[in-house]
Amino acid sequence: MIDLQQIHKTFGAFTALDHVSLSIPRGRMVALLGPSGSGKTTLLRIIAGLEHADGGTIRLDGQDATDLSARDRRIGFVFQHYALFRHMTVADNVAFGLKVRPRDSRPSKSEITDRVNTLLKLVHLDGLAGRYPTQLSGGQRQRVALARALAVEPRLLLLDEPFGALDAQVRKDLRRWMRRLHDDMGLTSVFVTHDQEEALELADDVVVMSQGRIEQIGTPADIYDNPATPFVYQFLGNATRLTATVQGGTAHLNGWQLPATAPDGPAVAFIRPHDWTLEDAATGANATLRHASVLGSSLRLDVTLQDGQDIEVDIRRDAGQAVPAAGSALRLTPNRVAVFPATA
Amino acid sequence: MTASPPLQTVQGAGHDPAPAPRRRSLLRRQVIPGFTLSMGITLGWLSLIVLIPLAGLVIRASGLPLDRWITVLTDTRLLAALRLSFGGALIAALINGVLGLIVAWVLVRYPFPGRKLIDAMIDLPFALPTAVAGIALSALYAPNGWLGSLLTPLGIKVAFTPLGAVVAMVFIGLPFAVRTVQPVLEDIDVELEEAAACLGASRRQTFWMVQLPTIAPALATGVSLAFARAVGEYGSVIFIAGNLPRVSEIAPLLIVTRLEQYDYVGATAIATIMLAASFALLLVVNILQKWNRDRQGGTR
Amino acid sequence: MSKRSLREHSATRLSLVALTVAIILLFLLLPLAQVLQQAFAKGPAVFWQSLQGEDTIAAIRLTLLVAAISVPLNLVFGLAASWAITKFDFPGKSLLVSLIDLPFSVSPVISGLIYVLLFGAHGFFGPWLIEHDLKIIFAVPGIVLATVFVTFPFVARELIPLMEEQGREEEEAALVLGASGLRTFWSVTLPNVKWALLYGVLLCNARAMGEFGAVSVVSGHIRGLTNTMPLHVEILYNEYDFVGAFAVASVLALLALVTLGIKSAVEWWHRDELAATRRH
Repeated sequence: MIDLQQIHKTFGAFTALDHVSLSIPRGRMVALLGPSGSGKTTLLRIIAGLEHADGGTIRLDGQDATDLSARDRRIGFVFQHYALFRHMTVADNVAFGLKVRPRDSRPSKSEITDRVNTLLKLVHLDGLAGRYPTQLSGGQRQRVALARALAVEPRLLLLDEPFGALDAQVRKDLRRWMRRLHDDMGLTSVFVTHDQEEALELADDVVVMSQGRIEQIGTPADIYDNPATPFVYQFLGNATRLTATVQGGTAHLNGWQLPATAPDGPAVAFIRPHDWTLEDAATGANATLRHASVLGSSLRLDVTLQDGQDIEVDIRRDAGQAVPAAGSALRLTPNRVAVFPATA
Repeated sequence: MTASPPLQTVQGAGHDPAPAPRRRSLLRRQVIPGFTLSMGITLGWLSLIVLIPLAGLVIRASGLPLDRWITVLTDTRLLAALRLSFGGALIAALINGVLGLIVAWVLVRYPFPGRKLIDAMIDLPFALPTAVAGIALSALYAPNGWLGSLLTPLGIKVAFTPLGAVVAMVFIGLPFAVRTVQPVLEDIDVELEEAAACLGASRRQTFWMVQLPTIAPALATGVSLAFARAVGEYGSVIFIAGNLPRVSEIAPLLIVTRLEQYDYVGATAIATIMLAASFALLLVVNILQKWNRDRQGGTR
Repeated sequence: MSKRSLREHSATRLSLVALTVAIILLFLLLPLAQVLQQAFAKGPAVFWQSLQGEDTIAAIRLTLLVAAISVPLNLVFGLAASWAITKFDFPGKSLLVSLIDLPFSVSPVISGLIYVLLFGAHGFFGPWLIEHDLKIIFAVPGIVLATVFVTFPFVARELIPLMEEQGREEEEAALVLGASGLRTFWSVTLPNVKWALLYGVLLCNARAMGEFGAVSVVSGHIRGLTNTMPLHVEILYNEYDFVGAFAVASVLALLALVTLGIKSAVEWWHRDELAATRRH
């Protein structure tokens, strides 16, 4: 279990982490999700001991690790660009963490060889032990980096944008494989990503970060269904941002009266494209279709509301169903809306 | 964002209040080990070998009374020596600019048999000890030497004249010009000249209007480096120049002469002037290199 | 650059190539040939004999000694400086890099003079040294000091740009895997820069053995004692012993050629492991 309390870090005038606290229970896979500059990589590096926080404490398994050097933390770290030792073979890379142990705790040569072979088999690279990193593909390098990190039996595995440098198909395959590996080996993992899809698909818990602060922590379902802040709403899923006015617990928007907890005054409402119902326009149109496009099993409608705001609507489409013509009048009702006070 | 719903940043309960920020020194904050050791060696060695001895020269020079400075600086022998060192170096550097551009151009753009060998030879003046270059050039250009015997009938005297000093300065400066222009030429995009050709430029126009401006900063840097090297050059020049006071005597040699006469004041004064000139040149080179980087950076 | 559709006329190309070859032959190769021709002017026997002179042997020995002391010193310095400069962030870094490069822009004569002013008989520490019967100027320590000064930047300036390019991630990876700082340096950093290091040491050594101006000022030219090979060349030359002078010079020229050969081989075979500025 890792426990971070009030971690603070500045680089010159820039605040990378603003008193961040976070606990990660054993066995979980946690995603640190945020745009670049949100502090997620800095937080990861601080956990690893590759960066010292200006303030705050880190506890690993109940032990104060704040002043522990990276060397002594027993944490696995997979670097974004893998940081494989370029002059060592794959096997030597994986063996490195075992070979550098002090003599009394260092496994014997044959034990190291066995362990390396087991790990390479685990990451499906058993045929490539003698290769050099430059002779490997991106996905293979990534798995070498992983095997190298796992060789020291880390109590925690940290991954910095683990799939960032890979192309789309490899990324998908590795993602699934990674999740299985995590479960099979009973690891505790934290990975950094800016890809919300990756975070939601892979993680048990998602930590959404912005500007050095944690915006929300929760399961993927939590985060997606109940975003705590406008930032989370916009960062996860393409929600449309609309302006509204709140009066006495009701938000007024394009003629709809929507429940809202925000105080009276100008407000912003977030609605996801698939949270709309298309009704019979004969009962009173409130929007105009600008353009309709077919996206496989769904229909993407670019719509202008009566009050002039543009929205995106995704609705289910049955095969053979007619595509509405541009300019048609529509009647739309939002199913799910989140309203926040309109602040800067 | 301040009025948004409260952040739920901590899972679980019962955490201690915020701990007091820990004090960490600058050195403690480095993650990779060995900062103190490596920085200590670096600064210690730098001070011992370079900074303190150079400071010693400057301190000595600043201790000289004004009238001594005036005596030293108005010495016609010194003025002649400075004129040869700086003037000769300037001529040599400009020659190097032209030769260096041609050589770099050919090495980068025209594959021909033996190109790699020629390329490797460029660095010969870097690697060849200056004394060796000095006696070789002097033998070569002596009136009975391989080249001297060809030039003397034409009325051109090289050895034991100021021209000899320039020849030696060209020799030692050539690699600076070639090696600064070469990488820039290599990096020039073919598309650049293709674009110029498509726009109707002739080969000559493309060179003068597109390529030369692109490599100008690097060429200027190379010329400055060659100049800086030539100004301070000693070994290769003294054998060929003849070292006639007020005619073919270079400033570094005059420093040595003064030292041999135990005229420490004179030697210090000349050295200070030359050192100041070197620093000024260093500044120029730095500015030129920044110009070069900016120009190279702007195209990609 | 592979496409050559808009090239100069072949006549222009041919004359430019010819001009280049002429420049190289005339300016660079002819002096080299001159050295060999003069060295063997009276036959190989005289050449060989002139290398056997007692003073010549002493000069060769001193040159090797000076290089054997100053090159390792600058090697250690170069490694320390490039580690400090590329693996850490601190204010004043670019100033430090400029200061390390400083000896390259100082005239060799001045490089010698500064030590004379410090340690010479009339120098700052002169009286104290005389009192304690220590000799630096006109002795081997002065020659070593001057040589260290002129070769000071060689190793560092080859390593710094390369290590800057390589970044810190591999060292960080090694640390996270439990390696000590020394272990990280030996097994991760050093193997990554070994060719650049060899390159720098090679140039450093060539200059250390060939330095003339700086050493000339501090040496005192005492035959058999403080005469290095380049200084010995001068003495022989001034005594009109041309075969002797050029014989010693040819040994130095051979050293230069070997240096160039290894240097080109490193550039050719390991160009990826040199700093970008070295990859022609």
